[in-house]
This record gives sequence, structure tokens and C-alpha cells, in this order.
Amino acid sequence: MREIEVSRIGKAIEDACGQMATVYSADIIRRIRSAAETETLPRAQSALNMLVKNAEIAEQESIPICQDTGMVIVFLKVGQDVHFTGGLLTDAIQEGVRRGYTENYLRASVVDDPLYDRKNTKDNTPAVIHTEITGGDQVEIELMAKGFGSENKSAVRMCTPAEGEEGIIRFVLDTIAAAGPNACPPFIVGVGIGGTFDSCARLSKKALMRPLDEDSSDPRYADLERRLLQKANELNIGPMGMHGRTTALKIQIEYEPTHIAGMPCAVNMCCHVCRHAKAVI
Amino acid sequence: MKRIHLPASRQELRELRAGEEVLLSGTIYTARDAAHKRLKELIEKGEPLPFDLQDAVIYYVGPTPARPGQVIGSAGPTTSSRMDPYVPLLCEHGMAGMIGKGRRSEEVRQAVMKHGAVYFVTVGGAGALLSKAITAAEPVAFEDLLSEAVVRLTVKDFPCFVGMDTEGNDIYDLADQCVSDR
Ligand code: SF4
Repeated sequence: MREIEVSRIGKAIEDACGQMATVYSADIIRRIRSAAETETLPRAQSALNMLVKNAEIAEQESIPICQDTGMVIVFLKVGQDVHFTGGLLTDAIQEGVRRGYTENYLRASVVDDPLYDRKNTKDNTPAVIHTEITGGDQVEIELMAKGFGSENKSAVRMCTPAEGEEGIIRFVLDTIAAAGPNACPPFIVGVGIGGTFDSCARLSKKALMRPLDEDSSDPRYADLERRLLQKANELNIGPMGMHGRTTALKIQIEYEPTHIAGMPCAVNMCCHVCRHAKAVI
Repeated sequence: MKRIHLPASRQELRELRAGEEVLLSGTIYTARDAAHKRLKELIEKGEPLPFDLQDAVIYYVGPTPARPGQVIGSAGPTTSSRMDPYVPLLCEHGMAGMIGKGRRSEEVRQAVMKHGAVYFVTVGGAGALLSKAITAAEPVAFEDLLSEAVVRLTVKDFPCFVGMDTEGNDIYDLADQCVSDR
């Protein structure tokens, strides 16, 4: 058994919040740069060049890439030989988010009650926490700071097995088309197929956290990712929806076992500001 | 590239065409969801507004907090469509322009055409770059709303595109995708 102070988890989260807000991960900015070079429509070029310039200023001057610094989602993998000490793990996670947002001058974008009060909690807590128990004595923390311009355009559909690949393709493309200019293209699109109504949605979020240079480990799904990307870029939505070839930077699919009667599919839309980070303790 | 000084005359606004790239300078006001709700309530109660809406341009933005020494934090556009229901009322009370991102409703198109107003769009997720075009920020109202408060901004060469012109043409629907740009 290994003892881990919960404050270490909190600190890792605090640091990641500040880092994610101001620095694009290398795989994303690389794709934005290469898109800026290949777009031929002047407006599309202009928008992508602004994103490249924005990334430089954000990193150099520690200004958030986007003013919507997102809502935090934490995926924890806890080895079953870990014993947490020094307080409640959940409290430490929320404290990490609180400090990460207030001390780095990030925007507090969370309201306490979704329907009636809608009062800002002022420190961007609470984060959404998913926990999984695994083997070993380590804790893996993956987190994401998700903007809502794109989150609002995400969707779940209970496809039927008979709809097959064609049904998935149609649903993914329809969701991208409906997101259009509002969700800040170019997009990264997370697709979760299988599981249940709820688990496919979580899977689609996890898909967003996979490095863009890594395709699905199953060649059939990897092939589907490529075909979907091509079709998405034929929609002519383009950067900021002002037309062009760069509608999506990558489509990422994750899948899991499901029921004989179903084929749930979730599409988690994400803008180019796809902030995620990982730490292992 | 065309430079516009704000507040602009309606005649100047009428000359803008959807798809054109422009640089805005002058005074604009920030307001998003919660501030719009309050502006509407004030108008309905017949109470004075915290700033002069006549010929004003409203920027849909909720910036990040400024670090010490900064004018403003990251300050890019939020999705405009959530403010659609308020546009006809604000146009009637003098609003001449809006800055945001994304599509607008038919109701907005009608209001823009009727009142000779313009909808500008700028690049979502470019808040660091856009903050550099903001030279002054002065709180005006609703400070309890934090990032949603109304702030008077002075901008210099703030990069935008004409999203919807006074004739109701929409950048997102342009058939000729290569127009404008010079
Ligand atoms: S959708 Fe993304 S880029 Fe657009 S405003 Fe939200 S976080 Fe920023």
C-alpha cells in the first residue's frame, strides 16, 4: 500500500489549470499552423492566422487563449493499492480547481443552480469528477477545461444496430453541421460509440483527450476517423464558419461493448481550444 | 483594410458589406446574457440605462480577470445567438452595432435592416490577441455580475469581419466565398 497526500493531487490540478488555459498542446497548434498554410480562401486564412498569432501572445504573455476558460472535468484512475491521507480527495480536487482559477486570473464560469438561481460560484468550482479504480499504486489524473460554445452543440443519439456505419456517419456529420459557426471551428470532434446512454457521452469526452497524432487502435475505427474528417472538411463550414476547408482538425473515436439491441453514439464537439492535461502521481 | 471609427454614422454603416474585413477603433460596450436581461428590465420599467445606447456598439464578451498591470484579460467573442431575443428592443433604443460570433436569427436580420445596424463577427478563441486591441476598460454597471458586467472599452484597430450588413446579407450565407478582403 502506498500513501498519497490528497494535497498533491490538488496541486497537480492547480498547475494544470493554469497551463492549459494559456498554452495549446503541441499537436493542436501544429495542425492549426499547417491549416493556415493550406487554406486558400482569404477569410479562412485570415482567421487561422489570427489563431496562430493568438497562440503566440497567449503563451508569451500568459493570457488565456480564450476568455471562456471552461468548466473542469477530472478523470481519475486510482490504483487500488493507494491510500489517501490528509483529508477528502474530492475536497482536494475542488481546492485545486479553485486555486488554479483564482490565482491564475482565469474566468469563473460555473453557476450553482442550473435552472433557477444561476449564481456564479466565483471560483469555477465544482469540477465534474469521474473516478475509476485500477491496479497498482499510482494515481493518474486527466483533466479538461471545456468551453461551452462547443459543449452546447454536442449530442447523444441512440442509434440502432441496423443503422450501422452509415447511421454513425450521418449523425456525426449532422452534429458538426448543426454546430456550424457558433461552436468556434476548426473543431476537434470526440465520438463515443457503444456502452449506454450515459457512458457513451463520457467516452466521447475521453476521445477528445487522446493526442491528435494517435489514431484509434482498431484499424477499422481509424479508417472511419479519417473518412469522417474528410467528409467534415467537405462541409465547407471552415474556420469560424466563414467557409473554407478547415472545419475539423481531427475526429477521434472511442468505442466500448454495448447491448444486443443498441448502438448509442455521442458526439462531443470541441473548438480548437481543446484544453487537456495529464499527470501521474 | 477598411478602418471604422466608432460611434460611426448610419451612412458609414450602410456602406459596409457582409464578408468585409474591418478594423474598429473607438468606444464599445461589453454585455452578455445577464447584462442584457437587466438592460431589458430597465427599459421595460422606463428607467434610465447605465450608458447611452444611441449609436452604441455592444460587444458580446465576458473577459477573464485582468492581471495587475493589464487593461483587460483574454477578451474574445461569445456566441451571439443567445442575445438574439434582445436585439429588436435594443435597436429600437438606438443600438447601432454588435460584435460577436456565430449565426443570428431572422428576427435579428429584420431588426438590423429596419434600423440600419450592423453585426460584426470576430474570431472565437482569439481572446489573447483581441485583448491587445483594447486600450482602456472602464466599469459602467452591474459589477456584481463579474465577467458579465457592462464595461466601456476603448479599442484600436480591433479586427472583425462584417457578419451582417444593413441589407441583411449574412457572412455565413455568402454564395461568393471569395468576396471582400481588400
Ligand atoms: S467554443 Fe471554445 S474557442 Fe469558442 S469561446 Fe468557447 S472555449 Fe473559446
